[in-house]
Amino acid sequence: MTTPLETNAGAPVETTGQTALKKKISIKVCGVGGAGCNAAGFFAQTKLDGVEVLLLNTDAQALAASPLPDKWVLGQKRTRGLGTGGDPERGRAAAEDDAAQLASFCAGTDIIFILAGLGGGTGTGAAPVLARVARESGALVLAMVTLPFDFEGKPRRLQADAGLERLKAAADAVICLPNEKLFKMADENTSLSETLGIGNSLMADGLRGVWRLITQTGLINVDFADLCSVTRGRHVASPFATAEAGGDNRSEQVVEKLFAHPLLDGGQVLDEADAVLVSLAGGPDLTMSEVNKIMAPVQRRCENAHLIFGAVIDEALSGRLSVTLIASSRRAGEAAPLSAGSPAPAPARAQAPAAADPAQTAPSAAMQFLDPLATPHPPSRCVAPPPEMSEEKKEQLYTRQTGQNRRKSARLQKELPLEIVYKGRFDKSEPTIRHGEDLDLPTYIRKGVALN
Amino acid sequence: MFDPPLIVGLEIGTSKICVVVGEINAAGALNIIGIGQAFSHGVRKGEIAEPALAEEDVRNAIVDAEQMANVEIRSVYLGVTGNHIRGFSNHGVHPVVSADREITEEDVQDVIKNAKAINLPVENSIIHAIRQHFQVDAQTGILNPVGMFGAKLEVDVHVVHGHVNRLKNSLAVVKGLQLNVETVVFNGLASALALLSNEQKELGSLVIDMGGGTTDYAVYSDGIIKHTGVLAVGGDHVSNDLSFGLKVPLGRAEQLKLDHASAVVQPEVKGKTVELPGQMGLPSKTINLEHLHRITSLRLAEIFEQIEREIAPLGWLERLRAGVFLCGGGARIPHIHTLAENIFQLPAFPGKTNSISGLKSALDQPEFATAIGLVRFGSLQQKRKSNGGMIGSLKQTLAEIFKR
Repeated sequence: MTTPLETNAGAPVETTGQTALKKKISIKVCGVGGAGCNAAGFFAQTKLDGVEVLLLNTDAQALAASPLPDKWVLGQKRTRGLGTGGDPERGRAAAEDDAAQLASFCAGTDIIFILAGLGGGTGTGAAPVLARVARESGALVLAMVTLPFDFEGKPRRLQADAGLERLKAAADAVICLPNEKLFKMADENTSLSETLGIGNSLMADGLRGVWRLITQTGLINVDFADLCSVTRGRHVASPFATAEAGGDNRSEQVVEKLFAHPLLDGGQVLDEADAVLVSLAGGPDLTMSEVNKIMAPVQRRCENAHLIFGAVIDEALSGRLSVTLIASSRRAGEAAPLSAGSPAPAPARAQAPAAADPAQTAPSAAMQFLDPLATPHPPSRCVAPPPEMSEEKKEQLYTRQTGQNRRKSARLQKELPLEIVYKGRFDKSEPTIRHGEDLDLPTYIRKGVALN
Repeated sequence: MFDPPLIVGLEIGTSKICVVVGEINAAGALNIIGIGQAFSHGVRKGEIAEPALAEEDVRNAIVDAEQMANVEIRSVYLGVTGNHIRGFSNHGVHPVVSADREITEEDVQDVIKNAKAINLPVENSIIHAIRQHFQVDAQTGILNPVGMFGAKLEVDVHVVHGHVNRLKNSLAVVKGLQLNVETVVFNGLASALALLSNEQKELGSLVIDMGGGTTDYAVYSDGIIKHTGVLAVGGDHVSNDLSFGLKVPLGRAEQLKLDHASAVVQPEVKGKTVELPGQMGLPSKTINLEHLHRITSLRLAEIFEQIEREIAPLGWLERLRAGVFLCGGGARIPHIHTLAENIFQLPAFPGKTNSISGLKSALDQPEFATAIGLVRFGSLQQKRKSNGGMIGSLKQTLAEIFKR
């Protein structure tokens, strides 16, 4: 799977020498905040080759409890290692204080995974800062975050949403797991620590799947750019699922597990998704028919989606099969992320994200066309310098352009489908969905036949 | 004990419950002696939604049939359908192990067992496993390989499977009435059994049973079943569309469908209207006939298109030389055959239950095809049982004697 941009980027590297190609990708996993550190700690329990785990928190006590060696107390001067008290502004300030330190952590790293729980102070505030700093130091940034439980209340959710918007502006890709979905995986008797453990293990599993997807060169390759193209500009929550199975009919089992995965709402998510990335990893004994047995049902479930597929051979997985699936659906009115409105200074993008939205890549492509001598320069985001304006006006503009305001209007008026059709007597029965169409709705409406 | 054995087919449909009583007469032929029917209230899309209502309706239908045939019904062949039912073909292989390479009945049983061993989700169970053609070494298209010689025996089996719990729902309703269920049969298969003669099966036919809640279909070619399926869209959807599009209550939409529907929009209906008389507080209303036909036609065309879309890639459409046979209530809609011919590009006929004698009134109605097919299925099975039973018991006795 090669995107045109990837080949463009690949060509100059080859000419500069094979060393750059052979270089091992260095990866850092950063847990930010309490939840992030827990997830990172969980992830670190299984050692992955060439992955360093770093914990960042404002709460020195919580940090000291972790057995991992690499940790850093953020904003020691400001918070005295006592946490942020759930205030994202303090978390952001603490991270900004230590920006130089964070930059030195990120230096020389190719890919940085950020794990954070949004809604609190440190994760919500510091993670976007870390993402920005990491991007500035030339790394690709993937954030994997959780959203708070519903019972945690509205303010926390709004904080989390605001943090998510900032993170999306700063990071290359954001995968997001609403904690509320963990309820589906836990029953009445599951203890709190077990439930949170499930969340941690989900994040860790997903991360491992993404790690495999990026680092292992596949027979059918999927790379970071593909991942970005699935997550960028789409709905905030990108449900992901990882399933693993072994034995004789592992392909059937793995599909069954995948469709039963609670994060995919029993496969419902796939029906609605418009971009799906499937990464398949197996031992050397992976057969073509197995690939087919897995992909055929997935393809059938999401016929209209943009499907990216990759296969990786991993010696360690001999006899087993692991599938990572990331699905996302386009949200109406969010075709292009508003990067212009982000408060962070537009970072110089050394490594171009492949999935810059077409409106922005188009001019640069046209320029290349007009001037053939123009060397392949990084497709910059052609953003005009911000006009002079007062602090107050800036703030106003910012709230208008970023998610906060959109959230507000979303609360006032829900997004409605184009035409509300009451399904009459089929309202309460199981919908008949074939080829992505709900056949219970009148045919003439679906076909757009007008009755005057 | 001395009465000829009764064979009763029970179809719990979405719009009505249908019971057909048949008996095997002295000549060994199947004879339909009674029918019973009742409106159905507790069924949605072919599956039980409200067991209490469904049970009441089934009781009424059974009583109706008992009175007409003057018999007491103890056991039934139960027809099932629903969105959860799927059909697909599977292949089984078995090496012939005996020294002289002669294929025995055991080999045939083994190879069928192999073909049935498919990987179904745990909650699904097999309703039918119908053997298609056998293959001995490279020789294909064999119907009965016993006595032939070969090293490898292969068989294709068509497996119809469904969700256990959802099947149990209809079973529970029947068992609640103290009736014994001989076996469950997929409705699509039963309809095909009722409509098709051996010649039509040989030539290749597609049977579409357009019921109230579901449309069941079966493809026969070369004398064997090739494909089955269920589309959970039926006459109810037409009524629902009409009710929505013409802005009339569901009950009146249903009546409009029965009185005025057409599967094809003809040029002469342009501008025509029908008057819906006011009754029971509902005001009278003028309905545009063209709209009515257009809504109906689009929905029915879509049903056929969905079926075509499913079987065309499998390559069966070219082999259906006998054509398309329609049954179920949907087959009564005027011009439905023209529509089917347009979409499948094959001749389409109203299905007729020819090969069974008995009540003319029952045999001519397309709605009864499934229930008659269930009786037919029962008669075939009883024949097999009595044949196999006698030989089987003889074998057993002999074996027991020799063991001593």
